[in-house]
Amino acid sequence: MSSHSHPVTDATATRPVEFKIWRGDAKGGAFEQYTAQVTGGMVVLDCIHQVQAEQAPDLACRWNCKAGKCGSCSAEINGKPSLMCMTRMDTLPADQPVTVEPLRAFPSIRDLVTDVSWNYEVKKKIVPFKPREPDRPDGTWTVFQEDVERVQEFRKCIECFLCQDVCHVLRDHHKHDEFIGPRFLVYTAALEMHPLDTADRIADLKERDGIGYCNIGKCCTKVCPESITITDNAIIPLKERVVDEFYDPITRLLRIFRPK
Amino acid sequence: MTRAPLPLPQAPGFLETRRIDRWWIQPTLVFLGFGAFIVYSTWAALQGNNYFTGGPTHPGAQQLLSPFYSPVLWDAAGLHSGHAWFGQQPAWWPSYLLFSPALFILPFPGLFRFTCYYYRGAYYKAFWGDPSNCGVGEPGFRGTKYRGEQKLPLILQNAHRYALYIAILFIGILGYDAWVSLWSIDAEGAKHFGISVGSLVLTMNVVLLGSYTFGCHCWRHLIGGRQDCFSCHKHQHAAWKRVSWLNQRHMLFAWMSLFWVGFSDVYVRLCSMGIWTDWRIVG
Repeated sequence: MSSHSHPVTDATATRPVEFKIWRGDAKGGAFEQYTAQVTGGMVVLDCIHQVQAEQAPDLACRWNCKAGKCGSCSAEINGKPSLMCMTRMDTLPADQPVTVEPLRAFPSIRDLVTDVSWNYEVKKKIVPFKPREPDRPDGTWTVFQEDVERVQEFRKCIECFLCQDVCHVLRDHHKHDEFIGPRFLVYTAALEMHPLDTADRIADLKERDGIGYCNIGKCCTKVCPESITITDNAIIPLKERVVDEFYDPITRLLRIFRPK
Repeated sequence: MTRAPLPLPQAPGFLETRRIDRWWIQPTLVFLGFGAFIVYSTWAALQGNNYFTGGPTHPGAQQLLSPFYSPVLWDAAGLHSGHAWFGQQPAWWPSYLLFSPALFILPFPGLFRFTCYYYRGAYYKAFWGDPSNCGVGEPGFRGTKYRGEQKLPLILQNAHRYALYIAILFIGILGYDAWVSLWSIDAEGAKHFGISVGSLVLTMNVVLLGSYTFGCHCWRHLIGGRQDCFSCHKHQHAAWKRVSWLNQRHMLFAWMSLFWVGFSDVYVRLCSMGIWTDWRIVG
């Protein structure tokens, strides 16, 4: 999902840019046209705020940090799930209107705001971190950097749910009852690969969490604003752990002889 | 997770998207690339001839063997490649069935690529539109009936590691072929060392195939990724890091090795037919 680059050389120059912003709620809606005056350095969220301030004070939009860290301003910009605060206007084609619409994988509340509470319900059901007995009497453990390095990548997640939005299993097939989505596969990987964790989530991954629905399109990886290698580093290694446990007769046989 | 259905917006229609970039280029190139390879490799496998140079029938030439035909279990009738494990086409082979040594070989690397994690993601998009690209609508008939790799038939993709085991055996065999390609046999049966362009082609073939095979996601898991405590398994951690380097370039090596293995067959075939000359560089 590449972007077109049209660098603005003069930071003080202003140019009008046409926007098509989706207005509506769960019952339906339509795109409405607005014009924003864009200067160098502006991001899409700046334009939405400008439209809100000058043309449509009732335009609903969720935002918070404006720094790409809170994950609130997720939307679809020119069809690409993106953070509005991290999408610079000079990366979008200047000669066509910019389309901004809410995430499609979640129910609409109003305008650009969607109800993402399904994600919080999913998270509650994942078996939580269960550390082994402490290494020392003072209740502490020794953990080496090489052991947690892999997990640290997953901890960068800001829960913007762009990966959930672009995943076709949720977006196109509406498998919300059978599939937890890339965000929570990353979350499970962070727990499952943690060197101190003793809980087993592999059976859940196979059945309840529906990891097999992922067909490795890597769209989640492409839209992640934190550049987490979701598919290669989290989902596929988890799929392989499921294979170890349920589909590989050799590893199943070896487990019988492995010392407990 | 059973609960009242979410009031979701209607799923986009087939190829419906608000993307304005040329999202169709990538799946089209993948379709054409895979399609061309499938057509050529099938044609080459069905030929049953021109799969080697050198050996008893071409004294003095470097011994090149097409990777599509390696290992040769039985030579096709009337051919003596010098590579066959069990001699000529077996007598029990039904006369009404086409015989080609490649038919015993190609299904295995084919299966490895078919079940490969990279290729799966690529051909689901390019051939099945599942989805055609990120954020692009799918054919409506699939809808909520989508099964992915959760159920049959695609749940069988979980057997990829078994295809990997066979692919690793093939890397050894192709490495041996690259070694054999450094030798020619004269009319008296004496061996002579030499390096030809064909030797380099077959050596590059095994290097690229090895880089692809040992960057496999399954291999990355089996070699060390399955461990949670890397400090407890230092050798596995070291191996995992090296395989991870290859794994990050898995797509690159998948394409390079696919092209090169096809080119290797073309090279050996044209040399065997006398259209190209296998120039000797050393020896």
